Amino acid sequence: MSSLLKVFDITGSAMISQSKRLNTVASNLANAETVAPPGGTPYKAKHVVFTATPLGDEDATGVTVERIQEDSTPPKMVYNPGDPSADANGFVSMANINVADEMVDMISASRSYQTNVEVMNAAKSLFLKTLTIAQ
Amino acid sequence: MNSKLDGYLNFQQTTINLLARRQEVLASNIANADTPNYKARDFDFNAVLEKKLKSAANGSASANELGTDLLYRQVIQPSADGNTVDMDVERNLFAENSLRYETSVTMINGQVKDMLAVLQG
Repeated sequence: MSSLLKVFDITGSAMISQSKRLNTVASNLANAETVAPPGGTPYKAKHVVFTATPLGDEDATGVTVERIQEDSTPPKMVYNPGDPSADANGFVSMANINVADEMVDMISASRSYQTNVEVMNAAKSLFLKTLTIAQ
Repeated sequence: MNSKLDGYLNFQQTTINLLARRQEVLASNIANADTPNYKARDFDFNAVLEKKLKSAANGSASANELGTDLLYRQVIQPSADGNTVDMDVERNLFAENSLRYETSVTMINGQVKDMLAVLQG
């Protein structure tokens, strides 16, 4: 019924989704230098996939994280024969993380989060203003 | 009995309801700025307001119902992921819509004050 209260649901869903995205970026950056154990597979970069979700009626569309997908690019092979994790040819397989990409993703996620906070604050001040009608 | 009172406040009431609804639609667009294949939506404010005021004047029951008059926004800069949300456009419209909402609230407050002045002499 009340449209302005729905804005809180919408921006709330967006903030949750963006913070999940920020979480995956943090995991990826933390594992940027992760090396695979001998014979094993290294950490794979994770990316969130957003999907639009109707909230009640067609006017209100929120966001949810549909799934978290693993990056399919092959692991980085670094020649380092002295490393204990190196294979027979002296290569170490490292996590397939591109730090520049992750930084861009991080800035995008935090900007989107900030925008949604601003939208929420705008809706809040409008709502409070509405309460002053006829006073 | 109190139809005059209703009529007096009806315009601003309809406007405020519609502005709140538009605020919701624009918030949805901003929330989905990073969603692949999301298409930004909006409605023609003037046309919908006119429709609502007309149906209120005719006294038809559909005056308070939210019709399906949502349209899709024209794309200015297409993006590779199929998303049509342009943050500058949406933020602009959101700010404008907030201002219009505050204006309507101020106007309705003025109307109430006028009415009180009449009642109290």
